Amino acid sequence: MNPLAGYLLVAALLFAIGLAGALTRRNAILVLIGIELMLNAANLNLIAFWRYGPHPEALTGMMFAIFSIAVAAAEAAVGLGLVISIYRHAKTTDLDAMNRMKG
Amino acid sequence: MSFAFYVIAALAVAGGLAAILLKNTVHCALALTVAFAGLAMMFLELDAQFAGFAQILVYVGAVAILIVFAILLTRNAETPKDGVYSKNWFVGLVIAAAVFAVLGWAVLHSMRVLPHETAVPAVTVLDIGNALMGRYVLPLEIVALLLTAALIGAVIVAMHEKERAK
Repeated sequence: MNPLAGYLLVAALLFAIGLAGALTRRNAILVLIGIELMLNAANLNLIAFWRYGPHPEALTGMMFAIFSIAVAAAEAAVGLGLVISIYRHAKTTDLDAMNRMKG
Repeated sequence: MSFAFYVIAALAVAGGLAAILLKNTVHCALALTVAFAGLAMMFLELDAQFAGFAQILVYVGAVAILIVFAILLTRNAETPKDGVYSKNWFVGLVIAAAVFAVLGWAVLHSMRVLPHETAVPAVTVLDIGNALMGRYVLPLEIVALLLTAALIGAVIVAMHEKERAK
């Protein structure tokens, strides 16, 4: 099997798992976990294309992955801060129970 | 494909599946850590040492701990009685399966043109540092600003709101 195709298939599978988690779970924290999995799958694609691309010494895919890791860390911090704030307000993190926009 | 690739891929996918299938939220966070570690090993397998260790530091070290803190602060540690899946879970599952089908189809049909085994890229951490301080110095500064703004914003959002007179 082609090595790059193997990594791309694993990344596609992880992305689908993360998407399924983000779309089917009721807990807001589990939705964030699904989003983190999707971001990681995208990073795997970037690194795999960097490794098997024509010019790995240009470091483009590697830099993209490193900046993506940094942005994902900021996203996790803000997302979990929002979850804690919503929990304090609504006393729940159940997304099915949060169905109104009025505070 | 090497034997190590299959073992690491199975570990990462099993961790990801456990992270979204387990009932207990704390167990989900721990399974997510396994998936992150598997992905870090996959980066090392791809000769991206710097990205692999950054993945371990940022995800296994920081994001997983942050998620566990959030779970414990929101008292989600116990399993809910009335199921963990949303009302329209079937639609979400169908969408995820469709996305995987499209991605898998695209990869399998482009297999012929994908490059085969290439030489290991001779990239050292020194090269990455030079690139970060040279060509990519502006994105680096912007990411630094973004991280500062995001952390201040997260603290302000999660700060205890004052009791308003009703």
